[in-house]
Amino acid sequence: MSMYIAKSRSIAARALDGEMIIMSTSDSMLFTLNEVATEIWLAADGRTPLSQIVQDKVCAKFEAEPEAAYADAEDLCRRLADYGILVISDQPIESAR
Amino acid sequence: MTDAVSITTAGGGTQTSLLGRIGAKAEARVIPISVHLDLTWRCNEGCVHCFLDHSVGGDMDTAEVKGALDQLAAAGAMFLTLSGGEIMLRKDIFEIVAHARSLLFDVRLKTNGVLIGDGEADRFAELGVREVHISIYSHLAEAHDAITRVPGSFALSIEAVKRLTSRGLAVEIRVPVMKGGANYARLRALAKEVGARILYDPTIIPMMDGDRTPVSLNLSPAERAEFYADPAVLIGLEDDCAPPAPAGEELLNGHSCGAGHLRCYISPQGDVTPCVQFPLVCGSLRRGSFLEIWKSPQFAEVRGIRNRDLQVCSSCSSLSSCRRCPGLAFQEGNMHGASSQDCESTYFRTKVPTPLYPATDLDPAPERHPPVSGQFVPLAALLPAPRDGMHRDPAAY
Repeated sequence: MSMYIAKSRSIAARALDGEMIIMSTSDSMLFTLNEVATEIWLAADGRTPLSQIVQDKVCAKFEAEPEAAYADAEDLCRRLADYGILVISDQPIESAR
Repeated sequence: MTDAVSITTAGGGTQTSLLGRIGAKAEARVIPISVHLDLTWRCNEGCVHCFLDHSVGGDMDTAEVKGALDQLAAAGAMFLTLSGGEIMLRKDIFEIVAHARSLLFDVRLKTNGVLIGDGEADRFAELGVREVHISIYSHLAEAHDAITRVPGSFALSIEAVKRLTSRGLAVEIRVPVMKGGANYARLRALAKEVGARILYDPTIIPMMDGDRTPVSLNLSPAERAEFYADPAVLIGLEDDCAPPAPAGEELLNGHSCGAGHLRCYISPQGDVTPCVQFPLVCGSLRRGSFLEIWKSPQFAEVRGIRNRDLQVCSSCSSLSSCRRCPGLAFQEGNMHGASSQDCESTYFRTKVPTPLYPATDLDPAPERHPPVSGQFVPLAALLPAPRDGMHRDPAAY
């Protein structure tokens, strides 16, 4: 089953020297993403399957085994979704809430 | 990818927090990560201590403000404070906030709340405003209204706090403390009752045009001593009130404030200065780009000031504890010098005499003690520097 990811609308975010800073506007939690996670975050458009993102943005740029990279990426996305800063779905996402 | 994400609650930070690390990184790369933008100096209140001239017009129009926000986002700014004057007097306030949110700014508003009804509160919540600051001067309506000089303003401001907190917005009650003091415990109880945080600010600053009349409204020495002895004030201030540690090399090579290093201020007319209380105009967005101004010789001079170069403060035993405001020093005539207001506040906070407030037997601050030894840990200078007595709450940043 494909996973689609989109940024929540309840966030503020800015890239700072390759590191993504994200503030949840709903509970004032602050996050920073490392370089790999930032690549996934930036590609979270709700339309591109996570598998494609991992292939294009992770495996193509970093030394990573595809299966392990996907598992890590999926785990990351679920964690970010638990915090409410990322929306995940098994269908393309029109408008993240 | 277990280390892919670092997380902290913004309310739980310390000097070593994620927030501090972000601030240090922004500063090292000279990125203006925090910007205070005044949208107008017009106001619907007439507070006795205000440092602004409400008659000054020439506010940037909607397109100019949006253009400024575009430039700030491109420069790396993330934390945006929209203030005034009274922001709700701008008919385009929601358009501006919406534009800022579309650029993924973390938006904080400063308002008196008088014009925030249910519809306005709904809109700010929908737009994803994270935090709102509202000034309250007393737990007593008549005392508050006497300062704003608007009858009924206390009730309207408190209602606004309730409307916003009920919609999930974080609200901080700001208490500028002035002559006569306040019942700090009752104010803290009021804040709790309406679901807001509270922050006391015992520094009344000069007007932006240099008029020092408002400074006379500051607490008297006796009142300041009482302020720093009040348990309702001291919550969270324990470290700030401890005897200063000796200044180490890191501190001497550092600076006292992030103004001009990682944050700046923009006036309604587009003038760019290091901070709202540091009126050194470094350029105008109406005559140049933000980045040109941010890289100007004026900002470079501010960034070049190190603690070891300060004419009075470099040898002060309270350097590690002092919240020296370079803007207040600038307004006293020398941004390389000391700020007498900070010297006084540091004395009453730590009970250790300072260069411009050496203390005498007539002063009421009790129990002076010498500095203690220990390793200095630099404070994370991220967003608007707390003045004396204001505890740094990272959620306010």
